[in-house]
Amino acid sequence: MISQFFVLSQRGDNIVFRDYRGDVQKGSAEIFFRKVKFWKDDGEEEAPPVFVGFMFLNNVGVVVSVWTYNLLYVYLFLLFLFIQQNVDGVNYFHVKVVGLLFVATTRVNMSPSLVLELLQRIARVIKDYLGILNEDSIRKNFVLVYELLDEVIDFGYVQTTSTEVLKSYVFNEPIVIDAARLQPLNPASMFMQGTKRMPGTAVTKSVVANDPGGRKREEIFVDIIEKISVTFSSSGYILTSEIDGTIQMKSYLSGNPEIRLALNEDLAIGTSGGRATYDYRSSSGSGSVILDDCNFHESVRLDSFDIDRTLSLVPPDGEFPVMNYRMTQEFKPPFRINTLIEEAGSLRAEVILKISAEFPSNITANTIIVQMPLPKYTARATFELEAGAVGQTTDFKESTKRLEWGLKKASFLRYISGGSEHTLRAKLTFSQELHGNITKEAGPVSLTFTIPMYNVSKLQVKYLQIAKKSSSYNPYRWVRYVTQANSYVARI
Amino acid sequence: MAPPAQSSRYPSPSQPSGKGEVSDLRLQLRQLAGSRAPGVDDSKRELFKKVISYMTIGIDVSSLFGEMVMCSVTPDIVLKKMCYLYVGNYAKVNPDLALLTINFLQRDCKDQDPMIRGLALRSLSSLRVANLVEYLVGPLGSGLKDNNAYVRTVAVMGAVKLYHISASTCIDADFPATLKHLMLNDSDSQVVVNCLFALQEIWNSESSKSEEATREKEGLISKPFIYYLLNRLREFNEWGQCLVLELVAKYVPSDTNENFDIMNLLEDRLQHANGAVVLATIKVFLQLTLSMADVHQEVYERIKAPLLTLVSSGSPEQSYAVLSHLHLLVMRAPYIFASDYKHFYCQYNEPSYVKKLKLEMLTAVANESNTYEIVTELCEYAANVDVPIARESIRAVGKIALQQYDVNAIVDRLLQFLEMEKDYVTAEALVLVKDLLRKYPQWSHDCIAVVGNISSKNVQEPKAKAALIWMLGEYAQDMDDAPYILESLVENWEEDAPEVRLHLLTAIMKCFFRRPPETQKALGIALAAGVADFHQDVHDRALFYYRLLQYDVSSAERVVNPPKQAVSVFADTQSNEIKDRIFDEFNSLSVVYQKPSYMFTDKDHRGPFEFSDEIGNLTVGVESEHEVPATSVDANETSDLLLSTTEKEETRAMVANGSDYTAPLYDSSSRALPSQGQSELAITSLLGTSDPGPQASMAIDDLLMGLDLTAPPAPASAPPSLKLNARAALDAGSFQRKWRELPVAISQECELSSQGAAALTSAQALLQHMQGNSIQCIASGGQSPNFKFFFFAQKAEEPSVFLVECKINTSTAKAQLNIKAEDQSTSHEFSALFQSALSRFGMS
Repeated sequence: MISQFFVLSQRGDNIVFRDYRGDVQKGSAEIFFRKVKFWKDDGEEEAPPVFVGFMFLNNVGVVVSVWTYNLLYVYLFLLFLFIQQNVDGVNYFHVKVVGLLFVATTRVNMSPSLVLELLQRIARVIKDYLGILNEDSIRKNFVLVYELLDEVIDFGYVQTTSTEVLKSYVFNEPIVIDAARLQPLNPASMFMQGTKRMPGTAVTKSVVANDPGGRKREEIFVDIIEKISVTFSSSGYILTSEIDGTIQMKSYLSGNPEIRLALNEDLAIGTSGGRATYDYRSSSGSGSVILDDCNFHESVRLDSFDIDRTLSLVPPDGEFPVMNYRMTQEFKPPFRINTLIEEAGSLRAEVILKISAEFPSNITANTIIVQMPLPKYTARATFELEAGAVGQTTDFKESTKRLEWGLKKASFLRYISGGSEHTLRAKLTFSQELHGNITKEAGPVSLTFTIPMYNVSKLQVKYLQIAKKSSSYNPYRWVRYVTQANSYVARI
Repeated sequence: MAPPAQSSRYPSPSQPSGKGEVSDLRLQLRQLAGSRAPGVDDSKRELFKKVISYMTIGIDVSSLFGEMVMCSVTPDIVLKKMCYLYVGNYAKVNPDLALLTINFLQRDCKDQDPMIRGLALRSLSSLRVANLVEYLVGPLGSGLKDNNAYVRTVAVMGAVKLYHISASTCIDADFPATLKHLMLNDSDSQVVVNCLFALQEIWNSESSKSEEATREKEGLISKPFIYYLLNRLREFNEWGQCLVLELVAKYVPSDTNENFDIMNLLEDRLQHANGAVVLATIKVFLQLTLSMADVHQEVYERIKAPLLTLVSSGSPEQSYAVLSHLHLLVMRAPYIFASDYKHFYCQYNEPSYVKKLKLEMLTAVANESNTYEIVTELCEYAANVDVPIARESIRAVGKIALQQYDVNAIVDRLLQFLEMEKDYVTAEALVLVKDLLRKYPQWSHDCIAVVGNISSKNVQEPKAKAALIWMLGEYAQDMDDAPYILESLVENWEEDAPEVRLHLLTAIMKCFFRRPPETQKALGIALAAGVADFHQDVHDRALFYYRLLQYDVSSAERVVNPPKQAVSVFADTQSNEIKDRIFDEFNSLSVVYQKPSYMFTDKDHRGPFEFSDEIGNLTVGVESEHEVPATSVDANETSDLLLSTTEKEETRAMVANGSDYTAPLYDSSSRALPSQGQSELAITSLLGTSDPGPQASMAIDDLLMGLDLTAPPAPASAPPSLKLNARAALDAGSFQRKWRELPVAISQECELSSQGAAALTSAQALLQHMQGNSIQCIASGGQSPNFKFFFFAQKAEEPSVFLVECKINTSTAKAQLNIKAEDQSTSHEFSALFQSALSRFGMS
């Protein structure tokens, strides 16, 4: 059972605080924040999402080592008592969502994944209601947020996290904050492909608020979001690759009609083991999609999934993942990275980075950032971009000794689009003489990017059928794809 | 509800100073209270919102109480809700106001609108004011009978709240029985789930007082009830399912068909997108198959893919929680995950708490076929910018080397680390090379060549420096300049950590025995510095060495530098029993903390897991209990190992650690302390001038020989005064429960007589012998040369019992004992008794 729930801002301010059981001290939010902020003295390590409030523990070990062997048992026993008194027995769970800390405390030995999942869901429910989740929107709607919290958890026990169910208990209306102001950070912007604009506001629309016209627009969004992880060896060979995908749905359809979602017919799930997919693939032709594993939202019915790969469901209100999948089948990585380091004397070196886009030319990628740690003793770096480069930025981060090369959307004509190739030359100056191998001191090169309307797995939503009798009923259906880098690394 | 301590940095609608604003509000509220004009509710809402926003930023608006309640006489539910929020906040700190609200809330509890009934009931039961409980019983009673499910769910929770304010009121009103009836009959799934929450909590705390509650509590895991819940499982929402699954995991089916029925029923829960549901299902599967070794292994295979999917979907926090569980399973059965090693590769942007888990998993799954690739990957991390992870990676490489796969190649890599010229890499690598040499002395030649090239000036970390010094001492004959390096190190005596100084003393001693003329000078300086050292341990060790040398150089050599056996396995830090306990607490914080719950929670808060103790989830140690006494269990079957702990751990008996060679000796020297004061000066002057070489040391005056250098008698040899009950009785279930509850009082190794070892051809022989000593066996197993026994004994005068886990290896004639005692104070006496009984075995 949950004792308290609270939301803290990045600065540690209490935005929402709800005590459900009164068995944890009031100052827990401050204790928690101090703990997270100063987890390790050197600040190099992040606090884990789950920890117990301890005090003084670190000093105890020293005391024990002084005592001789025979007395050890006695002291271990004392030590035990000592620890017992100094554990405050409060377990803290937290997740970070859009820079806010969602925290729960408990004194009971609960399932950590249950609590963390719950925190994530609370964030999602609040977002469903407010349209946009941030500090400002929560502060403006705190009455509504407390109302939600009262229905989600009662006396520390989870009641429901379904936006659909909550709708019948929650009566405050959200004060929608101005979405236009937030446009650049808007999560919808990742779906924007050039000038073909997606209805970006839809994703930030509250499930309960009505449009200005007083009528709700009938529409449904299905997003296929794939996060890819690739590690290239220094010779350019793919060491590991994985796709973690989600089919996300957000429905604004009235009357909860049933929906059928058809995926690739040749979709296969589960391989005998790891990467044994190669033979399979060659025998069944190149088009087939083989998932290692997947899971489904509880509303999904799989009656005909084995026959024709269709999922049927009555989508509840709010945003939810219809299906999560994981795939280690080989795929063509969207970018190739070439790194060349040339030593020029003992105090200089030149790094040449080349990235090439290996996807169709009608597709363009957004906001590509290439990062590379340089040797610790790098004093200066000067950059040379190719002739005519537009919208590219370069930076040498002095404090972290990191090279950063951004290929941003500066002009509409010069995105990174499929088939193109870009090069950066960086001249490094060192403060001390090189010794040993420079490749052991620098790298690896990592890449972050977003490619809208493109997915590497070839998993597709073939059709989206809405079962409603009326022939005039034709709601908007948006099926959108996006590929993002999770961990995209090239070793040097 | 507690008002958030809002920071003043955030601009509130209109930062009011307080009083003026409040009286303003009061006026406006009064005007609206009586009004029936259209649109009045909207203006009220605005006002209420203002009041609540003042409340949350910490302005006292409790004086508006009367007006607020007056205004809430309205069917508008938004207004009501805000009013409840307001009331809930002030009632707790202000009991007088609470009394005022009772009427108002009681009236709302009878409202026509079920929403209002429910909300009022929730507010009423949340007041947490002890002297108002009498007003609560009536509304709760009718709430539990309400025809609206929402009101019933709220009322059920209200009953638990009442129980917390006043347990007797709740019991007297017979609410538990009502809840039980609802739980078994209500059509609404949330009502059923809430009843289950409520009854678990009530019966758990009642069970210490009442037999009936204990029976009821056990009824929750009875077959009919579990089946009832399983049949309705699909009705419950995901959180309710988690609760039910947690309960099912405690159910012990009567036959294997039942096991399979349950597992088939739950199979599709493994595909749930909610990680908590999947983990709860996995727990059921693992618990149900504990006694079916091959199915248990299949379960591991089956749950692999869903777990990996959960790890890679969802937020980093969620994936950490799942990964911790995967980590636990990998550590128990690394060979099942050996082919999945690539999933445990670290990604550069992962938080370090995830990377650490992954590194441990990579280390565990390394075997003949994947070691090369894993080590290659780990070496990449060693050059990583993330220094703590780079260090962990190097340690991981070392651990893999100690697992004996492909040692050859790994040694090469470690030696490359030494040449990388990054100080932390060198430091970690040195420590590893040292450990490696202790296990594989045959590699000394290659390693020493590289280690010899490292300048001791570049090594700063105490651990690494100590490792380097150990190698210099140990391989003094192979490194030409060892004595001179040691000598230069002695010169900076003051600058080093005590740990390093201790190692330096020992290393110089060892070097001295091999190359006396070259080391003599360094030894003199070191002993002098050591005796004058402020650090007690260093001082004691130096003095002890000095006296040893005085006594006899050759015996000193036997003590300080005896021929060593290569260490076969390094000791594991966590006992198997703790690991099994954590496994029993699967899907709880214990797994994340890697500690059983008794180490981080107090007894009242162990939650649903405290049950599991009594129901007897089997772990291998006690697994044979049903066939009591003493049938043989083949401890060498791999499937069996899966149930307890890994193969690697099973053989971990030999303990070896850092500078332990000299530890017991140094211990005894510290007892000579009191009388050394006067002679200290003499020694230092002596050391400064005299020649401590082999011949000369003979001539040293026996100045200190009068001191008692022998160790005091070990407590084990004290005559046992403890009397045991010859007819002690304990059933398997209570043994098991006690075994789980009690901490290990004593864990130690003792020797068997050689006759005893020879006589131990079957477990039965020892059982009879121990029985003659009033120590009973409850379970035994194993085959020559490895036996495992569980014994118990009871005090003659009182019912306090002792429990013993005893692992005997007849080829080494050693026994490993883990003793637990209800009465901790006599555990040493009992241990002595037990050991003397054991040592007499085979003598008759």
